Amino acid sequence: MTKGSELGTIVKSNIVDRVYERVGFTRQEAASAVDVVLDEIKAVLSKGESVRIVGFASFNLRDKKARNARNPRTGEPIIIKPRRVLTFKPSKHLLDSTNSKDHETIHSG
Amino acid sequence: MTKAELVEKVAAQINLTKKQTEVVVNTVFQSITESLAQGKKVELRGFGSFRVRSRNARVGRNPKSGDRVDVPAKRVPFFKAGKELRELVDGELDIIADTE
Repeated sequence: MTKGSELGTIVKSNIVDRVYERVGFTRQEAASAVDVVLDEIKAVLSKGESVRIVGFASFNLRDKKARNARNPRTGEPIIIKPRRVLTFKPSKHLLDSTNSKDHETIHSG
Repeated sequence: MTKAELVEKVAAQINLTKKQTEVVVNTVFQSITESLAQGKKVELRGFGSFRVRSRNARVGRNPKSGDRVDVPAKRVPFFKAGKELRELVDGELDIIADTE
């Protein structure tokens, strides 16, 4: 096992390894391909367009209105500016996978 | 944007065929799915992190009939956008707000 996964955390290099094992590129090519995929998703989202990956999830954008709030520490009223946030909606397939049997023996993280 | 469009955009940027790019894209999402299925966290720098959250069993209600229904405990995949992505996504709204 490569670094990271021993701790129960998968990082980009673990994914690059998988890509490298599956296709005939060099590891460098695999790494840059993974980067381009992630960068393209980021670019699309930053343009305000949502991304839907069938069988995985969709990344949607939601515009939040400005609202009044309070600093919970000082009680001081503040205005929260309108903002755009990212929401994540897992697909049925992903939900089913995380509730599959082999998961049940593992403690939640 | 759909997965097919993503594959096309990525293939245009790198020296790979659409077929090869599709394998790359599928592998990325399959890896994340499998890791979450094993209860492992996935952290992608500059993008965000994926993890699984547990939800306790609860008694719910059928909103139509008002009947009680048992909702079993389940695990829900959860994504938290990284700082960079969060700011990128919010950035354009700032530009629009400034010019209005």
